[in-house]
Amino acid sequence: MAEIRVENLRKQFGAFTAVQNSNFVVNDGEFVVMLGPSGCGKTTTLRMIAGLELPTSGRILLDGEDVTMRRASERDIAFVFQLFALYPHMNVRKNIGFPLLAQGMRKAEIRQRVEETARLLRIDHLLDRSVSGLAGGDRQRVALGRAIVRRPKCFLMDEPLGTLDTEFRDLMVHELRELHNRIHATTVYVTHDQMEAMAMADKIAVMSNGVIEQFEAPQEIYDRPASMFVADFIGSPPMNFLSFHGGIAKGTREIMLQGETVPVPELREDISPSEMVLGVRPEHIRFDDSSRLRGSIYGTEYLGTTQVVAVATRDGMLKARMSAGQHFRPGDNVGLAFKASRLSIFEKPSGRAIRTVLSDGGPNG
Amino acid sequence: MADIALRGLAKDFGSTRAVDGLDLLVADGEFVVLLGPTGAGKTTTLRLIAGLERPDSGTVHIAGQDATRLEPAARDVAFVFQQYSLYPHLTVYENLAFPLRSPARRMPERDVRRRVEEIASLVRINHKLDSRATRLSGGEMQRVAIGRALVRKPAVFLMDEPLSSLDAKLRAELRLELKRIQTELGATVLYVTHDQTEAMTMADRIGILSEGSLVQIGTPRVIYTAPANVHVAARLGQPRINLLPTGLLPDADAPRGTKTIGARTEHLAIEKTANGGADGTIDWVEHLGDQNHLHLTVRGTKLLTLADADAALEKGDAVTVRYRSPLFFDEAGNRIGHA
Repeated sequence: MAEIRVENLRKQFGAFTAVQNSNFVVNDGEFVVMLGPSGCGKTTTLRMIAGLELPTSGRILLDGEDVTMRRASERDIAFVFQLFALYPHMNVRKNIGFPLLAQGMRKAEIRQRVEETARLLRIDHLLDRSVSGLAGGDRQRVALGRAIVRRPKCFLMDEPLGTLDTEFRDLMVHELRELHNRIHATTVYVTHDQMEAMAMADKIAVMSNGVIEQFEAPQEIYDRPASMFVADFIGSPPMNFLSFHGGIAKGTREIMLQGETVPVPELREDISPSEMVLGVRPEHIRFDDSSRLRGSIYGTEYLGTTQVVAVATRDGMLKARMSAGQHFRPGDNVGLAFKASRLSIFEKPSGRAIRTVLSDGGPNG
Repeated sequence: MADIALRGLAKDFGSTRAVDGLDLLVADGEFVVLLGPTGAGKTTTLRLIAGLERPDSGTVHIAGQDATRLEPAARDVAFVFQQYSLYPHLTVYENLAFPLRSPARRMPERDVRRRVEEIASLVRINHKLDSRATRLSGGEMQRVAIGRALVRKPAVFLMDEPLSSLDAKLRAELRLELKRIQTELGATVLYVTHDQTEAMTMADRIGILSEGSLVQIGTPRVIYTAPANVHVAARLGQPRINLLPTGLLPDADAPRGTKTIGARTEHLAIEKTANGGADGTIDWVEHLGDQNHLHLTVRGTKLLTLADADAALEKGDAVTVRYRSPLFFDEAGNRIGHA
């Protein structure tokens, strides 16, 4: 049982505020990913939870107990910096058992714990092998074993996959998530890679400039971003933004964009005339000759199954995701249509998402 | 003509053969990406071309000249490393001007300024010319590093995973920038990476490197749609290609000798089974935002494909699965077609 509760957490480095007034709860057994660009405060938050950094103000509760001022070693937490460094001169058994040996645990107990851990990771048949002879995937499992063998209350991981080849990273993303499904240890995982976050997290905390902009399940964040920052950070390519000007009344179901009527999810609040932004995900753009919103093909990025088509419009470059089978020539003039039920609308100066039937959790089909 | 020609290039480190008889031609103005995992020989190949390593055998020609025995400084190449390697105490301007200031060049200051400003606007760092290198973000630093490589107008560029130390988001942006810059300059680039997306989106041709030699080279579309063997097929495509034994599903019209069938998303038709005769079941639909992955099991074998956003398939659904012109591989793993 381990719940992490963060209350009004703040960290100041001189005049620079790294983390501003964070509040969130990681429930027992939950896998939470803190996601954001470098310098957003995600690692600082993690280091405060671990006790490697003292907060300027605020509290951290581990299972209801205030640990804010406790030393790192007095918190029952495993901090994983880099999963994948193994001791090459030791065999699998010794590599996994090393943290327990360092703790001074009895040999018989170490043996038992190592074997349990190896069974959990399905590498028990490799225990007496040298790590240098192992295949990539098995090496990663050994490294994981070393991280979990201590059975801490929770895991804190700081970009553990950052230095891996992309191929191994994909493999390890699934491996980590599957392991989590088996042992259900409370986990906080820091990354700047949105694909890792989407694939692993029960919930994602998207951070920018020391502030958590949204804290929700991955699909919620993708489908209903709370701000332009979140909409832009999640998704590859990111959400397209189209500016328009206007006041909108509650209940409205269309907006005017470049003199064209564009259907949108029904508005749930009144907005006085101001600069607004329509947000369109690349996969929600269709080419439709009858549309009067026009653009010209700028280029394509071939990705195999799909391609990303860049379209130059009066409002700048739009990116659409299409199947790779369709052929487009640079310069081709195309009409653009959007999937109305999936559009987001933002207030430009603040970047805040306007409430619509979609953001209120309405149908998203 | 700033082309690169490698013939029979080989390099051992102790008992490990890092590069194993590599033949490669990079044409003038071409962007070639060498794709392979750690240890495939990518970086060693670049270092051999740059003159940072001496080959055990084989030759390196740059712009038609035999450069095999030339000192690094005598080869007209610029190397962009994974780490930024800027001079931290210098400004962006001074970092960019540095390669022009070598005693051998003696370029007038006026020309230095003109050239630096030209390059700075090309890599979009002209608004930060007076900033110290240490005051830049990661993406800005890497743009300066690329700019510093460009400033000299070398014959060829060698790039060793220049984007891999950056944020995922910056990586996507700089990918486009780098391709734009290369196209504008008509530069010859040999770029190594283990990131297939970088290879697919930037390369004129991709060379698949494995254990020090070139397995296949071709346009991204050719490598993706007509891989030479299962190894190449598995290197490109997300999610990874499904490699299935024959007999698992009705084998379309597999040529004789087929042992393995390669099926990507576009090679599979998956439909909900109405009444009996299902091939498998949906294990789960993994929501990744823009891409949703469909995990299914067919007679004990697991498959992974991209889910069609509009297909109403759900966990537990019984499905019928059929091939649509998949890839065929023989016992040795080589792709085969119909004779």
